Amino acid sequence: MAEKLLLDYGSGGKASHRLVTDLFVANLGNDILGQLDDAALIELNGKVAVSTDSFTVDPIFFPGGDIGSLAVHGTVNDVAMLGAQPLYLTCGFILEEGLDMDDLRRIVVSMGEAAQKAGVLVIAGDTKVVPRGAADKVFINTTGIGKIIAPIPPSGSRAQPGDVVIVSGYMGDHGLAVMGSREGLTFDASVQSDSAALNHMVLSLFEAGLDIHVLRDPTRGGLGTTLNEIATQSEVGIFLAEGDIPIRPAVAAGCSFLGLDPLYLANEGKVICIVAEKDAAKTLEILKGNSLGQDACIIGQVMSEQAGKVILTTSLGGKRMVNMLEGEQLPRIC
Amino acid sequence: MDQTTQFSTAFQDPDLCRQLLRTLQSIQTSPLTFMEVCGTHTVAIFRSGLHSLLPDTIEHLSGPGCPVCVTHDSEVAAYLKLAERDNVIIATFGDLLRVPGPNGKTLKTAKAEGARVEIVYSPFDALTLAVDNPTETVVFLGIGFETTAPTVAATVKTAQARGISNLLVMSFHKLVPPALAALVADNKTSVDAFLLPGHVSTVIGLEPYRFLASEYGVPGVVTGFEPADILQALIYVARMRANGEADIVNAYTRAVASEGNPQAVAIMNEVFDHGPALWRGIGGIDGSGLIFSNDYAEFDALRALDLTIEETPPLKGCQCGDVLKGIIKPNQCRLFGTACTPAKPVGPCMVSTEGSCAAYYKYRLELS
Repeated sequence: MAEKLLLDYGSGGKASHRLVTDLFVANLGNDILGQLDDAALIELNGKVAVSTDSFTVDPIFFPGGDIGSLAVHGTVNDVAMLGAQPLYLTCGFILEEGLDMDDLRRIVVSMGEAAQKAGVLVIAGDTKVVPRGAADKVFINTTGIGKIIAPIPPSGSRAQPGDVVIVSGYMGDHGLAVMGSREGLTFDASVQSDSAALNHMVLSLFEAGLDIHVLRDPTRGGLGTTLNEIATQSEVGIFLAEGDIPIRPAVAAGCSFLGLDPLYLANEGKVICIVAEKDAAKTLEILKGNSLGQDACIIGQVMSEQAGKVILTTSLGGKRMVNMLEGEQLPRIC
Repeated sequence: MDQTTQFSTAFQDPDLCRQLLRTLQSIQTSPLTFMEVCGTHTVAIFRSGLHSLLPDTIEHLSGPGCPVCVTHDSEVAAYLKLAERDNVIIATFGDLLRVPGPNGKTLKTAKAEGARVEIVYSPFDALTLAVDNPTETVVFLGIGFETTAPTVAATVKTAQARGISNLLVMSFHKLVPPALAALVADNKTSVDAFLLPGHVSTVIGLEPYRFLASEYGVPGVVTGFEPADILQALIYVARMRANGEADIVNAYTRAVASEGNPQAVAIMNEVFDHGPALWRGIGGIDGSGLIFSNDYAEFDALRALDLTIEETPPLKGCQCGDVLKGIIKPNQCRLFGTACTPAKPVGPCMVSTEGSCAAYYKYRLELS
């Protein structure tokens, strides 16, 4: 019979100790975490970026990823969006009694691999085991710490009229993959989560000396909501061309079937990059040179008119608003 | 790219659409007001930007074809009350979650307060829920038109065959042709033509709409949901108006057979009888609802749970009814964009993904 997680593992006693050393330290460990003191001792100079996020995705395994790697990618990306090199992660686990130990092991192994690939060290952690029903299998909180590399950190408030809006690839893959997996719907094999750490790709932009005004990863709320946030923060209009926004045919078809808009689907391995027009070509070249950005393209431009709004020119040549998403997208009746 | 997707994108081709638009303009001899009966058409017209490309002399009104929007306040109140009961699981399509009932309560807030509300993608998912929860009563909210009713009927038949007794359906299904009959009989609504709903028509075919042309002289075109579909339908309409003709035309032959889907109609008619139904803003329309036939009465949630539909006053100030009848446009409602927004909707037309108010609010640039 498969081993199940027991409340004992959260008791603080021997079982807890075994869980921490045999599973977490074994897969996420390094010299700093290995000290197993009450806090991690780290050295940091200069400006620091910090971000925290909690991951409660259902299901915990989905096409193209799992909650463990997602918890690394999500926070690494948030730190990187400030023009920082993510260095350290902390992670807190809320685990539900009765969880399959094999599933937990898969998740932690996946986290370890993701952290290694991203080049970040997990330096502190915590586990709590709660009674069955008090949580849904696994919740993970990660906090990321990174060192600012960009001379002027990009910000949602720095978009300027004339800037060019670039995305690093296809929109909506993660959102549809997770929704399909949750509801037992099968889509074309190309609908896989894009979950990935973007920090190496993003940092190469700063190493090239490009003046990146805005970097955002369009996670929950998708491209539409994120661009609305930027338009509001920067008090500019963002004008998009529908035909230029990369959306996989399978994602478009899945959305059409469910009555969803791919512009509002979550992404976990894509970046929106707003740069001065003079730097656009070089930015594209660098993004395209990375496997995570090979489908990068320009999707629009920042303007002074229609401040605070996102306007889309449709493939037909008509114009319409792209509003911020209200609540979650729900599948329709007919 | 798979074949289906290629097929679909062909009907979005900008060159083709430009050509169709030119043809439409050359044929149109007089101003044209059409009603797109179906909410999905409304959204398609806005989402594709088509509304901003149509000539000013062509005006479109949204009709009573969004199943969420036409659900009567009393029906919303009834299922919200049911959600409060112990041992009841409400199974519903996602659209209904944010529809406000009296006092602004929704299925979403009911869920947060402890009600068991499960989103399903098919009525058969509700059947699975019932099997998985044998000690609970699963009530599927039967909202929708002829498009969804046959699948609900098939689910009920399956449940009966398998002896599953803890699945019930609140049948608030409505039929489109009687609503159109009520609209054209009401002199307040004045349209030159109808764009008839593609999805509904896959089931009922063309015959049930014939009266529009023969009795009222109003042409109708069954059409699909891509920009080229809609433009082609408008060309048919403009041509008929120019020639003084009125007919019911099938411009969606790739999905709709003129005779519809007799098997789907048969199963719907086996499980349900036609009866009176309440329409939001329109009121009662005889023969426009689907009520359980005697052979399947055991699945009727209203009967099994001894529920009565109590008359609920419409939401204060809400003009959803006038919008659904094409008397006003969404932005002409006194609450539009102020007291009623997607964040705080007063009526379902601002909630549903197919709602015309939501489409106006979400997509229309000139209103911002």
